[in-house]
Amino acid sequence: MAPTDSDLSGRPVVMDVFRFLPDEETEPRFQRYEIPYRDDDVVLDALNHIKAEVDATLSFRWACRMGVCGSCGMMVNGEPRLTCETFVNEFHPEPIRIEPLAHFPVARDLVINMEDFMDKLPTVKPWLVPADPKPIEEGEFLQSPAQLAAYKRFSMCINCMLCYSACPVYGLDETFIGPAALALAQRYNLDSRDGGKAERANVVTSHEGIWECTYVGDCTRVCPKEVDPAGAIQMAKLSYATDWVKSMLLPGG
Amino acid sequence: MDRHYVRKLPAMWWLRKRTYLVFMLRELTSVFVVAYALFLMVVIWRADDPGSFSGLFDALDSPVGLVLHAIVLAALLFHSITWINLTPKVLVLWRDDEQVDPRLIAGANYLGWAVASAVLAWLVLK
Ligand code: SF4
Ligand code: FES
Repeated sequence: MAPTDSDLSGRPVVMDVFRFLPDEETEPRFQRYEIPYRDDDVVLDALNHIKAEVDATLSFRWACRMGVCGSCGMMVNGEPRLTCETFVNEFHPEPIRIEPLAHFPVARDLVINMEDFMDKLPTVKPWLVPADPKPIEEGEFLQSPAQLAAYKRFSMCINCMLCYSACPVYGLDETFIGPAALALAQRYNLDSRDGGKAERANVVTSHEGIWECTYVGDCTRVCPKEVDPAGAIQMAKLSYATDWVKSMLLPGG
Repeated sequence: MDRHYVRKLPAMWWLRKRTYLVFMLRELTSVFVVAYALFLMVVIWRADDPGSFSGLFDALDSPVGLVLHAIVLAALLFHSITWINLTPKVLVLWRDDEQVDPRLIAGANYLGWAVASAVLAWLVLK
């Protein structure tokens, strides 16, 4: 018989948490915690309960608790998730396995080092490179709702890095610029006010750029903001390839 | 930089998730597509000399030949369907401020596939 709600709430939440203390240990280990079940807890609440009541040495990142800041991403039972949006009752009473986001170096416990992404991000120039610069006195660049719709989806990224953890290409080769950064490049390429597509080409179309993507597509599946980085990268491939063919057919044009 | 713990992807990473496995199968089945296309080209190229093929055709007209064809057909269908389903991601079209329905783009590909298959079938079977 399936356990009823009252049975479930009587049972403790079992969390197997990845621990790594660089000053004391050379190898990580898993530590099991058992804490009281509360129906409306998210995984981040459970971790905060552990930190406050059970083990203050546990380290993890979080800030907004509402899926906006992008800092609470972790592997929850092997899937990259925002822990502030992942409810404990999705897994309870099965044990919940918490690990730092895959493919990134672990600094301590559940805290990853994302310097690699921070270094790569500016290389794709994720800002408006105005097509026709004009002085501020002439006012803002206007945009129609359709022009906004063309890139809006790709602009919703919160830099949570779940997509990098889902991407086996990045896992195998960390030089890959990766889903979020390439999606942002495409977001600006699609912006009617932007003229930076050619400037971005040498990085975006380099070997570490869009052409390294083999379209596994898992980045899009795990993205909490429905950015669809895989789609953005495929669009970029088509768009840059079309430019290249045009440049071959119409030299100088 | 402080000491970090670096995790490596296992060699069998693509067995870890269904999405990875589907991707791997999509890539691997492309080998069947190319191999069978080459085989068909050789057949067409030598078609005016049936003698050089009689042995081959006898071999194909057997349970083993049928099973081989069934495997190739399954691989081709898997590859083509997963591939066509991705086309709307690559080709995002806009018509008068409205995005063209992604199903229409995949649908056009399926239609093209069906028409090409029908024409070929007609040519071969007529
Ligand atoms: S594209 Fe999505 S998954 Fe990737 S960093 Fe941005 S919000 Fe996170
Ligand atoms: S804590 Fe900010 S996104 Fe989860």
